[in-house]
Amino acid sequence: MTPPRKKKMNLKQRYALMTRGLDWETSYQKMDDVFPYDTFEGIKITDWSKWEDPFRLTMDAYWKYQGEKERKLYAVLDSFAQNNGQQGISDARYVNAIKLFLTGVTPLEYQAHRHFAHLGRHIRGVGPRVAAQMQSLDELRHAQTQIHTISHYNKYFDGFAEFPHMHDRVWYLSVPKSFFDDACSAGPFEFFTAISFAFEYVLTNLLFVPFMSGAAYNGDLATVTFGFSAQSDEARHMTLGIEVIKFMLEQHPDNLPIVQKWVDKWFWRGHKVLGLVAMMMDYMLPKRIMSWKEAWEIYFTEAGGALFEDLSRYGLRVPKYADIATDEAEHISHQNWAIFYQYTQAAGFHTWLPNDEELDWLSEKCPNTFDKYYRPRFEMWREMEAKGERFYNNALPQLCQTCQIPMGYTEPGDPTKIGFRSSVYKDERYHFCSQGCKDIFDDEPEKFSQAWLLVHQIFQGNCGGADLSDVLKWYHMDQGIDNMDYTGSPDQKQWDAWQAARKKVAG
Amino acid sequence: MAVVALKPGYADAVEIRDRKENFHGNQVVYLHWEEHLSFCAATAFPLPPEMPLGALTEKLIPQFYGMHPDFKSLDWNSVEWKIDGEPATPDMSKSLAENGVGHKSLVCFRTPGLNGYKGSCS
Repeated sequence: MTPPRKKKMNLKQRYALMTRGLDWETSYQKMDDVFPYDTFEGIKITDWSKWEDPFRLTMDAYWKYQGEKERKLYAVLDSFAQNNGQQGISDARYVNAIKLFLTGVTPLEYQAHRHFAHLGRHIRGVGPRVAAQMQSLDELRHAQTQIHTISHYNKYFDGFAEFPHMHDRVWYLSVPKSFFDDACSAGPFEFFTAISFAFEYVLTNLLFVPFMSGAAYNGDLATVTFGFSAQSDEARHMTLGIEVIKFMLEQHPDNLPIVQKWVDKWFWRGHKVLGLVAMMMDYMLPKRIMSWKEAWEIYFTEAGGALFEDLSRYGLRVPKYADIATDEAEHISHQNWAIFYQYTQAAGFHTWLPNDEELDWLSEKCPNTFDKYYRPRFEMWREMEAKGERFYNNALPQLCQTCQIPMGYTEPGDPTKIGFRSSVYKDERYHFCSQGCKDIFDDEPEKFSQAWLLVHQIFQGNCGGADLSDVLKWYHMDQGIDNMDYTGSPDQKQWDAWQAARKKVAG
Repeated sequence: MAVVALKPGYADAVEIRDRKENFHGNQVVYLHWEEHLSFCAATAFPLPPEMPLGALTEKLIPQFYGMHPDFKSLDWNSVEWKIDGEPATPDMSKSLAENGVGHKSLVCFRTPGLNGYKGSCS
């Protein structure tokens, strides 16, 4: 006789059984010993069961759903490869945006995977623990699918092959790397605030929309498909970000000043890292989608404004220096591209000067700043190029102790002056690109006085040698192939040959 | 504020990475030509503290800033100096240390009348 069939559980019951039901109070060991990380930051949690997970995703459903998505993604990638998709992009200059993504962002996905795995073990509450475990898997999948997507470009273009090695060594990649190292070396609640809230919730659209729309506009179907595949995961990550903030603020009033301090810090750090995206949008896309300034207005000023209005009921206010970051939206891309143009000899992608049409586009998009401050800079460099005296900065730049970017940012309200800031800690002097970066240092000088600044590391003899050629070798960058201007690069030669062959076929 | 750390004694155990002792007898000096922002940031050099400050104007600045179109009109007698943000009248024959240029000091120079390509501070 067959046993009577059990009644099927509904979604809510299944979720409860497969998440909350897996948890228990330890008795042989103290809970504080089992979960040593989740109290030292001073965040007070009185009731972990108040954590709400709006997705109610269980692990078995996760596998099924993600497996289906990835089968679709890999089908598109196969077809992109079979149809020589690399030849259908707008222009080979576009590929440099992808180089920046693979070397700068993909390793962060992997770092996120590792740290969410850590949180998936070390958070006392089972709700956020399960959410962190799933996000850990998402991040690992994203790292893998990005590498697989971009590996196709690696067959035809330079600058991709050594991406994990470069991420740990190259001067501008230390910017996203140190951002993540800072978050991973913080406690779990600061990490959640940094990555899940400030980055994934407040600023994520400024990273993903530009890259994915940029890919769509420039004929890069492979990257667009990856973007769509990741989108549903990103929605879950954003929800985790907002949930963790509300949870902390609802649990105890003492949490507010701590959370506010983190929101201020990570907004500013995120803003500086996203300056690389700003430069990509305004300078590196042959077919532009919108300017960085426009993106900032939509995704931060409007969307972020509504968010912080909503959060004001908890007493949380708009991040400190949001006004300065907004002013900088009309400067940061120009200042960053100028940095890469003059240090092209040490960049793992190609650079170029904007052409006339591009200069006019920039004037139109940044009417208050471009013609006055930045167009003359590019015109001077263009004149120098025409005379065969292309402008290279042959000295190493002063770096910001906090964000690690060359200190090329100007004083708020005066774009003719570099905004130098400095502090003294234990008789040592430290320099910062902005008040935001100085405040972050002053709050935790013990942490940031240990920063690994490439320029100082070269001087200390830790980077393969003192000459550029030594450092490039240590970067695994091939002189004249991976670095320097697009004009004259092997990438350009290859692209021009493809175009010539196409013309021939077209007759 | 001080760092909030899990490990007791963390703050005292911190190894400051860029102490002067780590630079093999040199100190780091930053140079900046004001109103010439085509040089995107101040530049950094490892220099012996006993080096005469005049070596900056005779050697380093011409070598690393000489390609700017303004450079050929530069008159060293009219240059205004700042060391760590304070106006200074450096003695070119004396050393960096004697002029108050220490480890990770910032030396700025301004060239009145020369303010970048077509006056744009570039």
